Amino acid sequence: MPITYTSGEQVEVYRFSLPVTIGVPLVALIVQAYVPKYFPSFAVYVDLPLLVTIFFAMARRNPVAGLFTGAIIGLVQDMIGSREIGIYGIAKTVVGYGASSLGVKLDVENAGARLLVTLGFYLVHSAVYFAVARGLVNSTLHWNWGPGMLAGLVNSFLGVILYFILDRFKQRT
Amino acid sequence: MESFLGRYRNLIILVGVLFLQVLGLAVQVKTGANEEKDTRLIRVWALGAITPFERALVWVQNSTGNVWHNYFYLRGVRAENRQLKEQIEQMRLQQVRLSEDAAQARRLQTLLSFKEQFISKTVAAQVIGTSGSDLSRIVTIDKGENAGIRRDMAVITADGIVGKVLFVSPNLAQVLLISDQSSGVGAILDKSRLQGVLRGTANGEVVLERVMSDEQVQPGDIVLTSGGDQIFPKGLPVGTVTKVGSGKDLFLSIRIKPAANLSRLEEVLVLTEKQERESVADDHVRIRAADILAQRLPSVPDKPATAVTPPAVAEGASPGPVGGNTAAKPASTAAGNAAAVKSASGNTPAKSATVQVQPGKTVQSGKTAVQPSTQNSAQTSTAQKPKPLSKSSTEAKPEGAQSQPPAQPSIVEQKPAPVAAQPDTPPPSQDNSPQ
Repeated sequence: MPITYTSGEQVEVYRFSLPVTIGVPLVALIVQAYVPKYFPSFAVYVDLPLLVTIFFAMARRNPVAGLFTGAIIGLVQDMIGSREIGIYGIAKTVVGYGASSLGVKLDVENAGARLLVTLGFYLVHSAVYFAVARGLVNSTLHWNWGPGMLAGLVNSFLGVILYFILDRFKQRT
Repeated sequence: MESFLGRYRNLIILVGVLFLQVLGLAVQVKTGANEEKDTRLIRVWALGAITPFERALVWVQNSTGNVWHNYFYLRGVRAENRQLKEQIEQMRLQQVRLSEDAAQARRLQTLLSFKEQFISKTVAAQVIGTSGSDLSRIVTIDKGENAGIRRDMAVITADGIVGKVLFVSPNLAQVLLISDQSSGVGAILDKSRLQGVLRGTANGEVVLERVMSDEQVQPGDIVLTSGGDQIFPKGLPVGTVTKVGSGKDLFLSIRIKPAANLSRLEEVLVLTEKQERESVADDHVRIRAADILAQRLPSVPDKPATAVTPPAVAEGASPGPVGGNTAAKPASTAAGNAAAVKSASGNTPAKSATVQVQPGKTVQSGKTAVQPSTQNSAQTSTAQKPKPLSKSSTEAKPEGAQSQPPAQPSIVEQKPAPVAAQPDTPPPSQDNSPQ
């Protein structure tokens, strides 16, 4: 795995064990499906599968791995929902590719950078989802900046905490 | 060429993956969003992978909750129990009143040969998960095809309707909530009988559409199912109107608060069988609210063995507590007693024994003499009416009654002693006063 450089600073590439690669996204999907049963707002403001996609994509710094990670997580998320399969898949594929491409060029190890990156990718994810749902599936969604930004901020702060927890599972290549 | 592929390899893969997904979406859109068969297998796999963990979580949570609530956290249970008992009594009275109304409605429907849908079988299921997305409002329940659940079956709770079954696997089912924007339910406003279509919105609200803007709809109006969707039987509670505004194209925009708490679903009922038949008037014995009330009134102590009651009379009627403070004088013959028992059964001959009583006045009707109490006129007049007894009492024949032990306590009109002769009869408590 090549080591890339940004502004002369070495950027590390990480890998994960197979149980973590499968288990973490699975746990994220289960929590995402289970918690709204008791806290319905959780489904509105939190997207754990998205955070996991961003984390793995940024840590691996491999666009192909990132886009496949996003595609698989998104498609499974579609499968446990009632909508057409592929809407989350496309959105998370784009996010996975983008996050890993950004990870190659930028050091996103500190909390501030992670916060901003997560907020940005949350908005990208929402925009792609919105475009696909309205353009391809003809769904009647309405874009709402207020709740959208609030959800973005909630995900960003949650993401920073989650990334620090998941950092423990990183393995240097 | 090779350098081009190598240089743009990542981008080409991205486009390829996106293209495949768009193609898949296009196929789904073309074949119809609700065509389950195309994606059924994939969804079964995904649910099969996720739901065992959810089941385990639900089990752990229920077990922990049961231990805590059943063995440790019992604070206020006695007071709650007392409140619930009082509530049950109130509801029993209300139920009896309502059953009278329902019986009347059935008789009218019989006259008009209306057809009704009856819920004949339900399956209880537990909610174990959701879609995890606010754009797809579904819940997953722990029963599936093996429990008799099929697609498009109605799902309800005791409070109101919840949704319909969207997808079924052998041991699981997904329920599309009425708040999902792809759902639609035939609904009717209870007061004005205006019909409309209930739909969910993208932000999870429930609105009633297709009600003309010149109609009068008020916040607080009750919404019921109309039965027009062929999924939900008619008359199930849907919710309450919370806001009425002008909508598009001469229609009102009516916002509904669902009767069932869709965000906190724990257990639901799936209507697995409905029957459509003409309603039949129910001529069976019905208990009236007054009778329930009378049962709760303090009983008059039994007369000593030297009482004037002849054995034939005493055994023909149940020696239970007296309804109200009114006691009928004993019938003088077995035939009279038979008439009294018959009238107590609530069947047609009972009318002959019905008397109108003024408080403080002794009235005789046929062979049954009644001496009402002066304490409570409502209870008195209640006690004069024919009393439907418990089934055992109703079916007891006077001829055979002598050889049988007394039936279970029930309302008795033939109590031999009038209240005036029982100085130690306790007055009716406050709780027992008619509402």
